[in-house]
Amino acid sequence: MPGTGTGKLVRRIAWQLRLVFLFAVLAVLPYLLSYSQQEIAVLLVINVLLVSSYRLLTLTGEWSLGHVVIMGVGAYASALLAKRLGVSVPVSLLLGGGIAAATAAVLSFPLFRMKGFYFLIGSFAAGEIIRLIWKRFTEPFGGPKGLKRIDAFPDIDIGFLSIDFFEPVNYYFLALVVVSASLFVLYRIERSRIGLTFHAIHWQDRLAESVGIDTFRYRTLAFVIASFFAGIAGGLYAHYVGAVNPTRFGVDQMVYVLVWAIVGGTATFHGPILGVVVLTVINEIVLRALGLDTARPLIYGAILILSVLYLPNGLESLAPRVRERVRRWRSGPAATGEGAG
Amino acid sequence: MDLLWQTAVNATYAASYMALIAVWLVMIFGVMGVINFAHGELYMVGAYCVVFLYAQENFPFLLAVAAGLIFVGLVGLVMERTLFRPLRDNPLGGLIASIGFLLILQTLAVFGFGRRMGHVPPWTQDKFEVFGAILTYQRLFVIAAAIVLLAALWAFLKRSKFGRALRACAQDAEAASLQGISMNQTARIAMFIGAALAGVAGALTAPLVSPTPYIGHSIIVTAFIIIIVGGVGSLEGAVIAAVLYAFVHTFVTTFFDGVVANIVGLALMLAVLVVRPTGLFGAKERA
Repeated sequence: MPGTGTGKLVRRIAWQLRLVFLFAVLAVLPYLLSYSQQEIAVLLVINVLLVSSYRLLTLTGEWSLGHVVIMGVGAYASALLAKRLGVSVPVSLLLGGGIAAATAAVLSFPLFRMKGFYFLIGSFAAGEIIRLIWKRFTEPFGGPKGLKRIDAFPDIDIGFLSIDFFEPVNYYFLALVVVSASLFVLYRIERSRIGLTFHAIHWQDRLAESVGIDTFRYRTLAFVIASFFAGIAGGLYAHYVGAVNPTRFGVDQMVYVLVWAIVGGTATFHGPILGVVVLTVINEIVLRALGLDTARPLIYGAILILSVLYLPNGLESLAPRVRERVRRWRSGPAATGEGAG
Repeated sequence: MDLLWQTAVNATYAASYMALIAVWLVMIFGVMGVINFAHGELYMVGAYCVVFLYAQENFPFLLAVAAGLIFVGLVGLVMERTLFRPLRDNPLGGLIASIGFLLILQTLAVFGFGRRMGHVPPWTQDKFEVFGAILTYQRLFVIAAAIVLLAALWAFLKRSKFGRALRACAQDAEAASLQGISMNQTARIAMFIGAALAGVAGALTAPLVSPTPYIGHSIIVTAFIIIIVGGVGSLEGAVIAAVLYAFVHTFVTTFFDGVVANIVGLALMLAVLVVRPTGLFGAKERA
């Protein structure tokens, strides 16, 4: 077929245009929102990074129940570095991610001796141990009450430009930049040779091993990279909210991440992002408006069950299905019309 | 010495209800290949049956326990039919769906009874001494009930025809169904018994623990530790691990504190997972 080259180019341009459009929407968005909605938008952006980093881990086929705790490791580390050692916040954010990644590297020794269900339970246990350590040791973790008055992001003030990151709008843009950069890295990793190896390990781990891939090392690598970005998300959270405590990183939060990932669908890069955005919007607009805040876990639970039962490939699989329906529906009447004519 | 002995008596009580909860979680895993994350919430529902019928409506305690048994068993049937049966080929899906179910049960409990601790008055204040250690009749009753129920289960599994069918399904579902054993029927009954046992454990211990809607979390963590340490798929292992864990946990709680005890328990489980993933009593043969 001639013009495959141009077709590719057109598609590429269309894709880039879509991206530009997306960023334009994201740039305008906060100005259309109320103050409290802006705060939610900040958390949403952070959660996008959390769930996307989680997806990288699921690429190797392992489902962890400790990812939110790893996010907490980044949050605690960054907060403590800034609070106790006076490390400036952008640096502490990166170090927090590094400490989360290092924690994952250490945990990978016991955890990756297991697979599937055992890994799930093992990661749960490891996460609970970390959480209980925060709870037990008041020094330096602050015990059950956690850490408060965590240093905020320093204001930028260079004469003509001054940005106060206490304002949700400004923090929204900061988070957006950090998260977009992180997502770009995650995306490139997935498309690289390493990412393809992750897929290979998921679907054919024996075969991957037999062609000389060290599955343990690649699983660890996925876990460490995912944990680094979860740690970054944690740092962004800690310096925005200004307080962290062990409950914030508990199992119920982990369940929300699972719900986002599963409802969105983990087969594609954008699936989990779709999941977290759609569910947050439903949550904030529909539930809050209806005053059903307390019913939130119930509705999440029902959505989780329904999507496991009826939409095992997630929301992102819905679009092609709908498109298929529409196509059939369109061709249907046309075909009968032809027959009548 | 007195403290040691008293702690041992307390640990015996803890072991008995933990065994009740964990044993059938193992069985359900064997028969259906799914780990029921909502098992702790079944315990919680059992406890709230007692809160409602006994503490609020003043029915006799034993009647409330019986109602809890049947009600939670029925909840188990609902779970089997709506979640585990359609997801039989997808164990991870079953587990995740049970997490969804857990959230629903929790929220319903919050709606019905509020977030705060439910208070259940003791049904008897009497207690007696065993060689210097104090044991209340309430706790003794839990221990006795656990022993009777576990013995009955044992007889049921090893002696009755249905028990054999159940074990056959746990060993090899396909071969079992070729022999004319109905998987659906077996799974249904296994799930009913499992849920009912968790419910009874919750109902019996309700006066002793002050239930909250979130109590299931600590229960399921305990149950996981027990079944991993005992070996997934080994009923005997689960009982032994329950006793072992209850003693370790109770002693560490008494001499250090509860949080340290939880850390020790989880670390124990991790260690077992690493060193011997089949569990300490992990059978070559299952169930």
